[in-house]
Amino acid sequence: MNGKPKIGVYVCHCGTNIAGTVNVEEVRDFAASLPDVVVARNYSYMCSDPGQALITEDIKNYGLNRVVVASCSPRMHEPTFRKTLESGGLNPFYLEMANIREQCSWVHEDPIAATEKAKRLLEAAVVKARNLEALEQKEVDVEPSCLIIGGGIAGIQAALDIADAGFKVYLVEKSPTIGGHMAQLDKTFPTLDCSACILTPKMVDVANHPNIELMTYSQVEEITGYIGNFNVKVRKKARFVDMDKCTGCGDCAEACRLAGRIPNEFDEGIGMRGAIYLPFPQAVPAKYTIDKENCLFLAKGKCGETPKCQEVCQAGAINFEQQDEIVEFKVGTIIVATGYDVFDARKKPEYGYGIYDNVLTALEFERLVNASGPTGGKIVMLERGKKKKKKEEEAEAPKVPKSITFIQCVGSRDKSVGNEYCSRVCCMYTAKLAHLVKDKIPDCEVTIFYMDVRAFGKGFEEFYDRVRREGVRYIRGNPSEIFRRGDKLVVKAEDTLTATPLEHETDMVVLSVGLVPRSDNREIIDILKLSQSSDLFYLEAHPKLRPVDTASDGIFLAGVCQGPKDIPDAVAQAKGAASAAMIPMAKGKVKVEAQTSVVNEETCRGCGFCVELCPFTAIELVEVNRQGWPVKVARVNEALCKGCGACVAACLSGSIQQRSFKDNQLLPQIKVLGVK
Amino acid sequence: MSAEEISFIEKYDLLGCIQCGRCTGGCPVSMRTHLNVRRFMYDTQNEERLEELSERPEIWDCTTCYTCAARCPKGLEPLEVLIGLRSLQIEEGRIQPTVRDALESIFKDGNPWGSPRAKRLDWVGDLDVKVLEPEAEEVTDVLLFVCCTDAYDPRVMKVAQSLVKVLQAAGVDFGIIGEDESCCGSEVRRLGEEGLFEMCDEENVELLNSFNVNRIVTISPHCYNTLKKEYHGLRHPVLHYTELVAQLLEDGKLTLNKEIGKVVTYHDPCFLGKQNSIYDEPRYIITRIPGVEFREFDRCRERSLCCEGGGGKMWVESESKAERLAEIRVTDAKEMGAEVIAVACPFCLLTLEDATKVRGIEEEMRVADILELLAEAL
Ligand SMILES: Cc1cc2nc3c(=O)[nH]c(=O)nc-3n(C[C@H](O)[C@H](O)[C@H](O)COP(=O)(O)OP(=O)(O)OC[C@H]3O[C@@H](n4cnc5c(N)ncnc54)[C@H](O)[C@@H]3O)c2cc1C
Ligand code: SF4
Ligand code: SF4
Repeated sequence: MNGKPKIGVYVCHCGTNIAGTVNVEEVRDFAASLPDVVVARNYSYMCSDPGQALITEDIKNYGLNRVVVASCSPRMHEPTFRKTLESGGLNPFYLEMANIREQCSWVHEDPIAATEKAKRLLEAAVVKARNLEALEQKEVDVEPSCLIIGGGIAGIQAALDIADAGFKVYLVEKSPTIGGHMAQLDKTFPTLDCSACILTPKMVDVANHPNIELMTYSQVEEITGYIGNFNVKVRKKARFVDMDKCTGCGDCAEACRLAGRIPNEFDEGIGMRGAIYLPFPQAVPAKYTIDKENCLFLAKGKCGETPKCQEVCQAGAINFEQQDEIVEFKVGTIIVATGYDVFDARKKPEYGYGIYDNVLTALEFERLVNASGPTGGKIVMLERGKKKKKKEEEAEAPKVPKSITFIQCVGSRDKSVGNEYCSRVCCMYTAKLAHLVKDKIPDCEVTIFYMDVRAFGKGFEEFYDRVRREGVRYIRGNPSEIFRRGDKLVVKAEDTLTATPLEHETDMVVLSVGLVPRSDNREIIDILKLSQSSDLFYLEAHPKLRPVDTASDGIFLAGVCQGPKDIPDAVAQAKGAASAAMIPMAKGKVKVEAQTSVVNEETCRGCGFCVELCPFTAIELVEVNRQGWPVKVARVNEALCKGCGACVAACLSGSIQQRSFKDNQLLPQIKVLGVK
Repeated sequence: MSAEEISFIEKYDLLGCIQCGRCTGGCPVSMRTHLNVRRFMYDTQNEERLEELSERPEIWDCTTCYTCAARCPKGLEPLEVLIGLRSLQIEEGRIQPTVRDALESIFKDGNPWGSPRAKRLDWVGDLDVKVLEPEAEEVTDVLLFVCCTDAYDPRVMKVAQSLVKVLQAAGVDFGIIGEDESCCGSEVRRLGEEGLFEMCDEENVELLNSFNVNRIVTISPHCYNTLKKEYHGLRHPVLHYTELVAQLLEDGKLTLNKEIGKVVTYHDPCFLGKQNSIYDEPRYIITRIPGVEFREFDRCRERSLCCEGGGGKMWVESESKAERLAEIRVTDAKEMGAEVIAVACPFCLLTLEDATKVRGIEEEMRVADILELLAEAL
C-alpha cells in the first residue's frame, strides 16, 4: 500500500453528543480541504452498520488507503473501526481516530470554540494518518489450562465450568479447605436454601473432578509470562499430615492436648479447635492440618512425652518433618476469585464490639444459628474468653436472649471508616437472620435499625415483606452508640420517622458488617499487577461491558474480590469469567499486541535502562555482532510487549520506537496541536 | 438574599446528609432537651426557615461535644449548623444577657468571667513562676497557656497551681504570658460570635508567636483544641498537659512518692477524647500514681458521656428539668465504687463537682483534676 496517501475522513455526530456542540458540517468541510483527503463525510452514528458501510464503500470506490474517524474515544470503538477497515480489505492499522467527544464536545460549552478544537484534533489525526504503516498482528498458542486463585463459591463454580468443558484447572486455595464464606453461612437469602446443602456437593465435585488439580493450604508465589503462556509457581504449605495417608477419621483432633483451646477461624472464634484440626466436618479435602503457630511440638519443641496426635493416628499420617513444597506449571488463563473480609467492627468503637460479649458481627451470628456451628444452632448468650468447664453438667445452661437487635450498615456507606460504598448483601442477610431468630425463638423480640432497606434483587422485596410480617420490627435510624445498663445493652439511636431519640434496651446486638477488600489483597496485586477501584476492590476492565476482564489479557475476575455481591451474582460472574477464560483456550491461539516497540540495534548502546523499566519484562539484552565487534543491545520480545511506550520515552539514545507512534507519525501531529 | 442562603447549604454541605439519624442518636442531650440536630440538618435546607430556626431555644442546648460529627457517616459536622444558627441570632443582636456579658468581658478584659486583666495573675500567689518576655533572646522550653477559668475561678485555680508544682518537680523550664494573656476564644466561636473569634485568633497568634519557646502547653482541652486546630499561622507546636506529663513520667523525670490510696475513675473530656483522640495519656498518668486503684466507666473513651460543660453552656441556662448528664456521671461513678473522679478539663471539674453537690454525695465522691492528684503524690 505504498504511493500517495488517499485519506477518507468520517465525522460522527454521536446523536447529539457531538453534533449538539460541534458544528459537524463545518468540520467535514474543513477536513475535505486538507491535503491528501479525497473524501470527507459526516453521519449520525459512524459505528452503526450503515455508518461502517460508508467507509467500506469509499475504500472500494475511492481506493482509500488511510481512514480517519472523528468520534468518541478509541478505547470505545477503535476495535470496531479496525474491523471495518479489515472488511474493506485494508490493513486495520491504517486507522487513526480523533476523539472529538470526550476530549471536545463533552467538556466544552461554547460551540464556536469547540468546533475550532474539533478541527485541530482532526487535522492532527490526518497528518499522523499520512505516515501510518501496515502492521502484522501475530498469534501465539494458548496453553489449554486455567489457574483459579481462591476456592470460594466463585472459584469453585468457575473451576467446575472450565473443567467440565474439558480444560485443565489448577485451583489454589489459601486455607485448608475450599468453600470460602459461603461454607460458614446457615441458610441463604432470599430462598432460605441451606448453604451447606447446595455448596458441599460442589466442593466434592471439585475434589473428584479428573480435570481439576486442587491445591489447598497453598499460595501463589510468582507468575510470569502472558496470555496463553503464564508460568505459575505455587507454595504448598506443609500441613504436617500426609495427605495420602490421612483418612480424615479425626482421632488426632480429639487427642490433641490443645483440643478446644484455640479459637476456630471458621467459627469466627466462637467455637474452638485444637492445633490439629479440620475447619468443619464437610471440609474439602477431608484431611487434617496442624497449625504450626500453636502446635506445642512445632512451636515449643515438646508435646508431653510424644505428641498425642502421632500416638493415636492409626494411619501413621502425622509427619512433623514435612516441608513446604514448591510446584510449577503453565496455564493459558487466570481467574482471580479471592473474595473478601468482613469489616472489622473494632474500627467503630462506639458499638462496643470486643468489649461486650453479646455484641456480635453478623458472621459470628451466622455460626451461632448454624446447625453445624459451635452451639449446634442454638442461639444463646455468649460468655467469651471463659474457659470451658471440664464437665458439661457443671456448666449452667446458657441463657437464651429475649431480644436481639440488628444494626445495619456497620462499616458500609461510611466515610468515617473510608468505605463509601454499599455492601449490597447486609440488608438481605439481616432479614434472613431475623427470620431465623423468629423461627428458632418465636417470642424473641427482634429489632432492626436501618437507614434504607435495599431489597433490589430477584425475590428480595418479597422476602423483606415476609420478614416484617413475621413481627420483626424495623426502626428507621442508624444507631450511634452502645453502652450497658445493668445486664442489658442499650442501643442509643433515633427513630427518624417520628423524630424520637431513644435508648433501646436489648440482650444481644448483631452488627451487620459490610464486605471489605481482603487485608492481604496486595499479595495478588503485586503478583498480577492488578488495579484497584477507589473502593480498593480489584478493578474490572470496563464497568459495564467488560465486568469480568482485567486490564491484562488473559486475567479475569470473579466474585466479591471485584466488589460486594451476593451468591447469585458471584456465581453469575464466575460463569462469565469461566466463559471469558475459555474463549482463548478454545481458539487455541491469541493475537498479541501489534503496536509494539522496536529497537534500532545499530544505535542502541546496550545500557539496559529499558530492561529494568519495562513493566512486562519484555526486553532483554542480547549480544550481536556490530562490524566485527560483539556488543550488547536491547531486544523486545513481541509476544510480551504491551505497547505501553515506557521504554520509548526513557531510551537515552533515542533508539526505541513504537509502531504506530513513531517520530515521523507523532511529531507532525504535535506540530498541528502545538502551533498557533 | 438567596445567594447568602445557598451558601448556608454549601457551607455545611447539607445536601450530603442522608438523614440516617446517627447524629441525633449519639447526641448526649437529645434525650433530655428538645434538640434534634438531624432535624436541623434537614430543616435548614429550606432557606426561608433559617430565621425561624435560629430562634429555637434548643440550639443553645448543644454542648459542642462533637459526638454528632464523630459519628456522621458522611463526614458532616451537624453541630456547626447549630453554631451557624447561633451566629444569625448574635448578628441580630438577640442574645441572652449572661452570654452578652461573657462576650463583652472577653472583648474588654480578655476573659469571660467579668474580671479585670489586672487580676489575671492572682492565681500564682506566692508560687515562683517566670513571666515570659516577648522576643527574648533565650529560649524557654514551655509556654504555659493558662485557661481563663484556671486563672480566675477560685476552685479551678488549684489545678493551675498544681501544674506549676508538677513542672517544677520535674525540672521543666517553663514560663507564662502574664497579664497580657487573653481568652483563647473557643467558647466565643461556639456561641456563634465569629467576628470576635477572628479577633482572638489574630491577636493570640501574634502574641504567642512573639515568644521564644519550643512549645505551648495548655491546661484546658478547649484551649488545646482551639490553638491546635482553629488558629491560623501559629508557629509553635501545641500540647495538652497530659501529653507532656505522660512523657515526663515515661522519661523518669517525674517521680511520685506519696500514696493516694483511692479508687479512681477517669472522665474523658470531649475536647480531649472525642475531638483529639487523647485517651491513653491520662490513663497512663493516673495508673502511675502510687496506691491508685483505677476503674473505667462503662461509657468511656470514644463512648464517653459529655458533662455538658462546653459549647458556651457555662453561660446558657438550659430549659430542661430532666436529669443532667453530669449527675448521671457521678451516680455511675458511685455505683462502681469509685471515690475520686479524675478529670483533665476545667469545665468537667466544675460541672461534675456541682453534680456531686446536687446529688448530696460531695462528701464521699471527690472530683479532682489529674494534676491535683499528681501534686498530692509528689
Ligand atoms: C454475614 C453474611 C451473610 C451472608 N449471607 C448471604 C446469603 O444468605 N445469601 C447470599 O447470596 N449471600 C450471602 N452473603 C454473601 C456471600 O458470603 C458472598 O456473596 C460469597 O461468599 C462470595 O463468594 P466468593 O467466592 O466471591 O468469596 P469468598 O467466599 O470470600 O471466597 C474466597 C476464597 O478465596 C480464598 N483466598 C483468598 N485469597 C487467596 C489467595 N491469595 N490465594 C488463594 N486463595 C485465596 C479464601 O480463603 C476463600 O476461600 C453473606 C455474607 C455475609 C458476610
Ligand atoms: S449523622 Fe450525618 S448523615 Fe446522618 S443524619 Fe446526621 S448529619 Fe445527616
Ligand atoms: S455537638 Fe454534641 S450536643 Fe451538640 S448537637 Fe452534636 S452531639 Fe449534640
